[in-house]
Amino acid sequence: MAMAATAVVGALWTPYDPLHPETEAAYAPPSASHPFGTDWFGRDVLSRVLAASPVGMRIAAAGVFMGSTAGALLGILSALSGGLLGEVLGGVLNGVLSFPPLLLALLLATVFGPGEISVVLAVGLFNVPYFGRIIRGEFLKLKDREFVEAARACGAGTLRIILVHLLPNALGPFLVQLTSSFGFALLSEAALSYLGLGTQPPFPSWGRMLKEAQTYIALAPWTAIFPGLALVLTVLGFNLLGDGLQYRLDPRFRYRGS
Amino acid sequence: MLRRLVGAFLTLLIISFVVFLSLNVLPGDPARLVVGLEASPDLYQKVRVELGLDRPWILRYLLWIGNIFRGDLGRSLHYRRPVGELVGNALAVSFPLAGLALSFTLAFAFLLGAIAVRRAGSPLDALVMGLSQVGLAVPEFWLGFLLILLFSLKLSALPAGGFPGWEKGLSALTHLLLPAFSLAIPRGAYLARMVRSSLLSTLKEGYIAAARSKGVPERWVLFRHALRPGLIPVVTSAGMVFGRLLAGAIVVENLFYVPGLGRLALTAVLARDIPLVQGLALVAAGAILLVNLFADLSYGLLDPRIRYT
Repeated sequence: MAMAATAVVGALWTPYDPLHPETEAAYAPPSASHPFGTDWFGRDVLSRVLAASPVGMRIAAAGVFMGSTAGALLGILSALSGGLLGEVLGGVLNGVLSFPPLLLALLLATVFGPGEISVVLAVGLFNVPYFGRIIRGEFLKLKDREFVEAARACGAGTLRIILVHLLPNALGPFLVQLTSSFGFALLSEAALSYLGLGTQPPFPSWGRMLKEAQTYIALAPWTAIFPGLALVLTVLGFNLLGDGLQYRLDPRFRYRGS
Repeated sequence: MLRRLVGAFLTLLIISFVVFLSLNVLPGDPARLVVGLEASPDLYQKVRVELGLDRPWILRYLLWIGNIFRGDLGRSLHYRRPVGELVGNALAVSFPLAGLALSFTLAFAFLLGAIAVRRAGSPLDALVMGLSQVGLAVPEFWLGFLLILLFSLKLSALPAGGFPGWEKGLSALTHLLLPAFSLAIPRGAYLARMVRSSLLSTLKEGYIAAARSKGVPERWVLFRHALRPGLIPVVTSAGMVFGRLLAGAIVVENLFYVPGLGRLALTAVLARDIPLVQGLALVAAGAILLVNLFADLSYGLLDPRIRYT
């Protein structure tokens, strides 16, 4: 939650202009006026860390939104259509799952060129099978239950049954996956930007800040330590949120004592 | 067994088709990408023929696959050398790195997982699991950076990057230590949680209670009775961990300037070297399928109740 607030703050206000260089103040170690120090151009690292937060979050959110929507649709389709189509869709979902996400992103970057589009597509595509499998599993479990039959007997259409009766019941695991996917999406965005395939200069991104800082590792280690720390805390926050949600929403986890 | 092999082979074929399709048929003209916008029409035409683009794509796909069966992965446009040779050289570095990283990963995972299980519910367990949460959130490029700061700049104990080649022997190995650590810690954290939950649920089985009631010491119960069947979910995710290891290698090899598959892949993508990207994607997918196949086969060894006929 704190990190989400950081993203909002980063979008609205930064102590200094994150893109504006002050060459005379370059390589300043952390101090009272620049709590995270300044980088090789004299840009304030705290401002850049704050400004990068909404950039990463936006990309991660777009990717996860795309993946979860497409995954949910495919999951619903494969669970309710049954027969061969259902099996084939289930198989495709499992197939994509075995392909490493970063390789997928590299392929996309070759096709579409480096940039935000490739990252969003990669994060989205990679997430489709996770959401698809969850929704498929929940729907297969629920679709023959009595309350669905009752609703059908009352004259409810398929769409109404999906939206009103089935979807809310599958929401718990879906939300849990949403939070942990988001954490992983942030990591992926950072990794791709680190490789130079994601967010392009001069806009700050935690991953690219780390890449650029690598050259100055001996001179100004703080330029790499703080963006990395921000990334770790954000991802940790989302992972813990996911675990907490799972614990609250899934009764199986409540009595395990783990 | 045979069915599994055929299944893996078919999956690989499908992957090769999708990879080929996305690189060759979707937007963009590979020849234009290679020569750039300002090249003369003659050069453009020459490259088109060199790439075989004057033929229909389905024929090109069949030619590519046919050549692969004869051991020819094509020619890199960027390096102007056979893809097979480039991939082979890179594998000579990446494979030992992956092996090293995998052994560190397993060592972390079992050490931490076993500690957590022996002291389940205690503050030590909570501490280990808390640490593994942090490990999950740490990107390997930042971890590698911190390791360089500590071991190379502060302690001057290990080299910060580069790779001198295997003829240097031990020195070559020390160049791989920090990269392997950066790869192993996040994955070890993930597997440690796996080991813990799997062992805890195995320990609830009837035969464990039987062993305990016979007076078998607790440590013996853990290692002799619970570990082997408890390994199954761990081995399943070890296959996935290997895939992520390959992907992580892209980042880590670029951080430490190790000339492995990951560096080759990034160069290939940035240079839009389509034959090389294709070849690398296929090799990576094949390696992952192979590891998953081994994981499947090991179930029977771990738990005699599962046997493949």
